[in-house]
Amino acid sequence: MSSWPTVRLVAAREVRVRLASRATRIGTALLVAAVVALIVVISLISGGGSADKVGFTQATSALAQPLKASAEALGEDVETSTVPDAAAGEQQVRDGKLDALVTGTAEQPRVVVEEELDDTLRAVLTGVVRQQALDRQVRALGGDPAQVNREVASVRLEVTALEPRDAESDERLVIGIIVGILIYIALLTFGQTVAQGVVEEKTSRVVELLLATIRPWQLMAGKVLGIGLVGLGQLLLLIAAGVIAGVATGELTLPASVAAGTVAWAVAWYLMGYFLYALLFAAAGALVSRQEDVGSATMPLMMLIIVPYVIGISVLPADPDNQLVAVLSLIPLFAPTLMPIREAMGEAAAWELVLATGLTLATAALLVRATGRVYVNAVLRTGARVRLREALQRG
Amino acid sequence: MRIALGVLEADAGEVRWDGRPIDFEARRRIGYMPEERGLYPRMTVADQLVYLARLHGLSPADARRSVDAWIERLGVSARRDDEVLKLSLGNQQRVQLAAALVHDPDVLILDEPFSGLDPVAVDVMSDVLRQKCADGVPVVFSSHQLDLVERLCDRIGIIREGRMVAVGAVDELRAGAPTRIEVHAPAAPDGWADALPGVTTLQRRDGRTLVELGDGTDDQQLLAAALATGPVHEFARRPPSLAELFRHAVSEETTG
Repeated sequence: MSSWPTVRLVAAREVRVRLASRATRIGTALLVAAVVALIVVISLISGGGSADKVGFTQATSALAQPLKASAEALGEDVETSTVPDAAAGEQQVRDGKLDALVTGTAEQPRVVVEEELDDTLRAVLTGVVRQQALDRQVRALGGDPAQVNREVASVRLEVTALEPRDAESDERLVIGIIVGILIYIALLTFGQTVAQGVVEEKTSRVVELLLATIRPWQLMAGKVLGIGLVGLGQLLLLIAAGVIAGVATGELTLPASVAAGTVAWAVAWYLMGYFLYALLFAAAGALVSRQEDVGSATMPLMMLIIVPYVIGISVLPADPDNQLVAVLSLIPLFAPTLMPIREAMGEAAAWELVLATGLTLATAALLVRATGRVYVNAVLRTGARVRLREALQRG
Repeated sequence: MRIALGVLEADAGEVRWDGRPIDFEARRRIGYMPEERGLYPRMTVADQLVYLARLHGLSPADARRSVDAWIERLGVSARRDDEVLKLSLGNQQRVQLAAALVHDPDVLILDEPFSGLDPVAVDVMSDVLRQKCADGVPVVFSSHQLDLVERLCDRIGIIREGRMVAVGAVDELRAGAPTRIEVHAPAAPDGWADALPGVTTLQRRDGRTLVELGDGTDDQQLLAAALATGPVHEFARRPPSLAELFRHAVSEETTG
């Protein structure tokens, strides 16, 4: 039997075991729930959802249309309705069915609210009432209000932005943070899973039976591949959940091509980061024989994932084009967490993406040899922890 | 054994099968049972065995068929869908043996296959090994249960401190050991045989004397001496048990 079927068998077993594990399924469900919840919360905070409901009496209903029009011009969503009389309207305000009720007369309106009048709504209402008053004055002076309004509207404020802000920068920031968190979690979780899987085989001694049949690198490759596929599946599921939630709440407004590019880079960086770290985690796992020791053996690797991510996530939101982070994001072991965030934020130049990808792939090629040697030398040695230098030297 | 399976590097020498050094492909045709039992604790019996069979190159259908046959034969088919970790030690042993057998190996190498087995399982295991042997599959196993070894094995090697100190069929090993004779002569006084040249008395109880004859000592001389003391009811060669051969081989080396 050639190598590939063996590797595939090992990988298939890993996928089966991970999918059957309750930890994987519960973890994935929680992450999906978290992503969806986060997007829903963002959508609620940004207030895109609920419109202000304003009620009018018969006497003030003439104001409804102008209010709607000027609110729309400011990007505010206002729903208007007419109530039978002031008392019924007040009751609706008390019940929370209306945010504001406009009573009195069109010339002298009075606004009834439950607690206080929303600032934006106040400004819009004031503007409308003043406009009405102005129109009356123009008419009293014998002019044409419509013509005056046209003249007034033709005067525009010309604004020149020296560094124009990307209209979608907030949205991109949020997407960048979410993508960063997902890749970060995936690298930590599945890297650790690889190390634990290697140690499980050492602890249960099944590795001796396996290595009497297949070659060590086939076992290592199959394990890394299988767990990576599970991780990829989870990541795609999370991205799908995020995109669906984003579209459903109306928060995702990026052009499809930009969004697709971000998703593609996120997946690519997950894959590169995962294989880079999975090799290291497999070698680290091979050095120890007990599950209790996995933590200490993999600690340096965890730090390599955590530190750049923490730096990135704390610096980038305030300072997207930070030079330090830009440099860090080119370094192979740091790139998988930092580059996708910068890419999602629209800060990564094409040459940076290409350079980081090339460096990461080159590093992975080097690591295949080194980690493979450590794994082969250490995986059959049970008992005391194998020293890294020894594992690198022998063979 | 671990060297034969390629799990350990040899310091010197090589392992050959059919005259050729054992390579990776030859190893795949070996059924192996490591001393440190090793199975995935959280995989079910059937899944695990099918997986191992497929690693040896069996097709999915063949693997399943072979697994079903072997767990039936070894009496663990009722536990086929249980995780290995929930099985008793004896049953885990049976699964471990099944793991060595599922791919219909050309050679069986078993490290201490009988340790931890109940008597019924010992019988099942013995039967399987005998049958494999009858099918022409060489079976190499290590054991400290010497009565079993004596009953099952054609050839025995005794290892002391990593070196073969004796190797051969049981009878060949015995041939090298000194002759022992048990004489039942109730009337014989203590020390009746001590005066004879080349004869050492090992044990005397209830009128029975066990003696060891030195090289070239005539047993007829011993018989004559015994008859001289009175009636002799029994005069028989006592072949040393394997345990005695083992002790002998091991101690010989120590003194030598």
